Amino acid sequence: MILTLVETDPEGAAIEVSLEAVSFARDISAAGNGVPVDVVVFGDVSGDLRGELAAYGVRKVHRVTGDDVAAYSGAGWASSIQQVRDAAGSVVVMAAGTDRGNELMAHVAARSGASMAANVLSFSGIAPFVVTRQVVGGAAMEEMNLHQRPAVFTVAGHAVEAKPADVAGDAEVVDHAPSIAPEDLVARVVSIAEPASGDDESGALTSARVVVGAGRGVGGPDKFGDVLELTELLGGALGVSRVVTSAGWRPHHEQVGQTGSRISPDLYVPCGISGAIQHWAGCSSAKTILAINSDAEAPMVTRATYAVIGDLHEIVPAINEEIRRRGYAG
Amino acid sequence: MVPPVSVLVCVKRVPDITEEIVLSEDGQSVDGRRSGFTMSAHEECAVELAVQAAGTGGGEATVLTIGDAEAVEQLRNALAVGCTAATHVVGEPFSFGPADVAREIAAVVRAHGEEGRAHDLVLLGNDAADTGDFQVGIRLAYELGRPVVNGASMVEIDGDHVVAVGEGPAGQETYRVPLPAVVTIREGGVEPRYPSVPGRLKAKKIPIEERQPVGEPKGGGRVRMTLPPPTPSAVQILGEGPEAAPAVVDVLEKLGVLSPGKAAQ
Ligand SMILES: Cc1cc2nc3c(=O)[nH]c(=O)nc-3n(C[C@H](O)[C@H](O)[C@H](O)COP(=O)(O)OP(=O)(O)OC[C@H]3O[C@@H](n4cnc5c(N)ncnc54)[C@H](O)[C@@H]3O)c2cc1C
Ligand SMILES: Nc1ncnc2c1ncn2[C@@H]1O[C@H](COP(=O)(O)O)[C@@H](O)[C@H]1O
Repeated sequence: MILTLVETDPEGAAIEVSLEAVSFARDISAAGNGVPVDVVVFGDVSGDLRGELAAYGVRKVHRVTGDDVAAYSGAGWASSIQQVRDAAGSVVVMAAGTDRGNELMAHVAARSGASMAANVLSFSGIAPFVVTRQVVGGAAMEEMNLHQRPAVFTVAGHAVEAKPADVAGDAEVVDHAPSIAPEDLVARVVSIAEPASGDDESGALTSARVVVGAGRGVGGPDKFGDVLELTELLGGALGVSRVVTSAGWRPHHEQVGQTGSRISPDLYVPCGISGAIQHWAGCSSAKTILAINSDAEAPMVTRATYAVIGDLHEIVPAINEEIRRRGYAG
Repeated sequence: MVPPVSVLVCVKRVPDITEEIVLSEDGQSVDGRRSGFTMSAHEECAVELAVQAAGTGGGEATVLTIGDAEAVEQLRNALAVGCTAATHVVGEPFSFGPADVAREIAAVVRAHGEEGRAHDLVLLGNDAADTGDFQVGIRLAYELGRPVVNGASMVEIDGDHVVAVGEGPAGQETYRVPLPAVVTIREGGVEPRYPSVPGRLKAKKIPIEERQPVGEPKGGGRVRMTLPPPTPSAVQILGEGPEAAPAVVDVLEKLGVLSPGKAAQ
């Protein structure tokens, strides 16, 4: 059996990258004589979620509940995943390459004496199991042997498409209320501060259809007026480079890149961003990139779909004006 | 009175790439000879947090690396910004997998404990900038039998506990964990300080403890590294300066990101 962690959002729906991971699990199953694909979910499994997982070809949904897992703890949740695996006997344990996914798979691997491959893009064989994964923030790849059992890894975001299965699964819900050793509960979340209103853009950034980017080229903390206006006209979110957050011009949760958020909007409009490898790692999945930069040779320009060359403080206001002139912002 | 704490912070010497990336001929590592070397951004923040945590009670902040002779540069940089001691485990870093690195760090923690300078808190980066394995800190915690908080951006010593705060899926999460503990750090919570000239001079005088690895590295299963094929530029230049605005808005219209609904608002 292949066991995939499915993470859910506050509404209880599976997050997109977890569905991608389940799709990846099906590909392994197809290459390995149809080993069943099971998932593990913490907390409630709504009818909708169960239906969706069935459409994704899932055989069993291992639902983990109980006081010990109500608050998050890396070791406690990993212990639960391991107990599910031991009960059901899985050869692969995997998750999406989210913060939680990477953390939990590292715990599972350390606990079972296995290797762990973070941010896998593809696999090239199952006996031996060889994966290709992202390294250097997505700028390079590494082929890695994962031949111990269980094979433990995470799937890089948007490495594969989330697609329902040709044949639906039963998605039979199996309940687990694991008992967890006290030492695995020592490091657990004791409180969560919900983002204050007006400061809740972090989630909005990763799911935005349009992201306007702002880099060093903006020139200073009080010079974001134009790009913020464009962001609003496009109904999008603002994403920035690390130079901008390091300088304290904008908060860190707006950072795009290797050490920030990974975005995948329909349109990304980077203004005054050079397109360093670590920034590119976070925005390469944008469907269309329209770069605004004074340097026609900047990597962001040469990699973009469209570009305008020049001073962003002249270009962006002109675009805002043109959008308004055509009646898009009454 | 805050009792003095001893913090160990683990840093890795990595290539400082921002543009073109070059691999070594055998595909086993990133060739940093042209780009130069640095430590990961997460680790710069970990160093800052280690110095702050140790500093509040007059404690020690020891920096550790497993790397070749050149990795002393990263140790000196950490000493220059306030670390008070340094340990160098001498080894070719590319032959070490994450489990090897965790085992070597654990061996140093135990040895220092036996020498009477036990580390209450071990800080690491959430993931290394080159190999990005996302796991050394967690493996270390299991080696040492200590609790671990992953991906925190702030840590503070509170008596015999560490309070660690990080960004979780539903908001800002706080952990309160008894010492000794392990915490891995993500950048964003603190501003790493720049070394001062006196800081640099002082760093030169601090002796670096040199140790040999306790085990043969098994490696991390790497077959080889590869680079994605270069994609030829297909950019369509819409124009120069503000005159390009109509062409830009044409594209926005074509992409359908300017819904008429917005016009009506
Ligand atoms: C381990 C590591 C992790 C990192 N993680 C991240 C990350 O997550 N995200 C990230 O963004 N970076 C990250 N970086 C930093 C990255 O390497 C770059 O330094 C950073 O992305 C550069 O930001 P920038 O493009 O804003 O600035 P610059 O590289 O300085 O580029 C500024 C650009 O603005 C243009 N410009 C200047 N003035 C104007 C103007 N008036 N009008 C139009 N264009 C103008 C210039 O031509 C230039 O292209 C990381 C680095 C390391 C080592
Ligand atoms: N060779 C090394 N020497 C010291 N610390 C290391 C080394 N390799 C990794 N680390 C630490 O472990 C963290 C996570 O690395 P990784 O799990 O490889 O992504 C890094 O951010 C460092 O703090």
